Amino acid sequence: MTREEIIAEINAELAEEFEIDEATITPDAPIYQTLELDSLSLVDLIGIVQTKYGVLISKAELPTIKTFAQLYDYIEQHQK
Amino acid sequence: MANRVVITGMGIWSCIGTSLDEVRDALYQGKSGIIFSQERKDAGFRSALVGNVPKVDLKPYVPRNLRNFMPEEAMYGYIATKQALDNAGIDEDYLNTHEVGIIYGNDSVAEATMQSLDKFRQANSTVACGSGAIFQSMNSNITMNLACLFKLRGINLTASAACASGSQSIGLAALLISQGLQDCVICGGAEENNMYGIASFDGIQAFSIREDEPEKASRPFDASRDGLVPSGGGATVILESYEHAVKRGANIIAEIVSWGFSGNGDHISTPNVAGPARSLELCLRNGGIDPKQIGYINAHATSTVIGDRREAQAIAQLFGERTVPVTSTKSQTGHEMWMAGASEIIYSTLMMKNGFIAGNINFEKPDEETACINVLPETKETHFDMFLSNSFGFGGTNSTIIVKNV
Repeated sequence: MTREEIIAEINAELAEEFEIDEATITPDAPIYQTLELDSLSLVDLIGIVQTKYGVLISKAELPTIKTFAQLYDYIEQHQK
Repeated sequence: MANRVVITGMGIWSCIGTSLDEVRDALYQGKSGIIFSQERKDAGFRSALVGNVPKVDLKPYVPRNLRNFMPEEAMYGYIATKQALDNAGIDEDYLNTHEVGIIYGNDSVAEATMQSLDKFRQANSTVACGSGAIFQSMNSNITMNLACLFKLRGINLTASAACASGSQSIGLAALLISQGLQDCVICGGAEENNMYGIASFDGIQAFSIREDEPEKASRPFDASRDGLVPSGGGATVILESYEHAVKRGANIIAEIVSWGFSGNGDHISTPNVAGPARSLELCLRNGGIDPKQIGYINAHATSTVIGDRREAQAIAQLFGERTVPVTSTKSQTGHEMWMAGASEIIYSTLMMKNGFIAGNINFEKPDEETACINVLPETKETHFDMFLSNSFGFGGTNSTIIVKNV
């Protein structure tokens, strides 16, 4: 998938799953605050990325993903 | 019971109404909540009959991250409990400053468990189950969710006793209050109403197959009954000690006079007469109640051939033949299973407070063994001040509650 396709798909998926306005998902927006993630719902973000792209975000790398742009980067680099 | 135990709030989400007023009117009018489900037929059900329970939209009340822990039955439990707390005049401030408990009946988590395990197997990853799955797939999901959402700091317990779960939860709560261990307990029962919860139940051919006449399919005690109709939803009653209710100026609706229970110690699905009869007997004895004081019996009768016979015989054994009026509200609602013991306390209380007994719809004539009791086929305007409600379940678990007017 191209980066554009990934962005369009994951943004729509996250907006639906976390019940937020898709317009609030911008490349520089902070993921945790925008999706209102806590220690449990973070698992849902990881699950969506794994189910959609076969990409399992490792525990060690999780702290490096703070913005949506960084999430897109991660998926793009690791997608199978 | 040492302390008097009173009902100060009720809430209901069922196939015959989603408010106390709607349910009262439906009971009076003999409305059936049963429909034919093409979805179930297409999926391979032998009987596609089901209670038409509206889905609950909790988006206005519960944020996504907390709703994520709630399967269908917890949503029914939440909306019924919200109604009951409003009805009881118990607000957030009160819950934050008093020790209120919860005992709630539930005995299946099929859809939530299936969905999370499907995701797990499809993705070969446990993460795919999602963060809510562990909470959704535990049988205590209703009490764990409601205790957190309503900030409850008293007893927190799920009663799993098959189709007597709702009744046992009320009995246990009443016992704790009567002994002075709790002042106020939220109790009730809820039942998932999706097809996965009861697919295997359909498989043992326990359901009515009168699919061409859905509203006539549930016909407890009638000679031509051919099985139960599954339903679901949620029902909550707020119990308090009399002193506690008076102190906070609550509107006292009715009083729990007594609880009786028993086990059949017999077959897993076929009931006997002796077990239910002992539950009735213990309930009468515990409350010091003469059978003549009971103005109405809300039977467990689910519309199965054997079960209705055995209950009729147990009632006749304790009350004499064709004496006290008996009806089964399952004729209108179908079998609400884990919820039924609680919803039927609400149905009966609504009748008692509004001066009528809802007719056992679809009852045309008894068979040889159900002829021993006085089944009312049509709604009757009448005054009564005390009723008895039966709930029996698989494994031979029996529960009986007596409630009186206040």
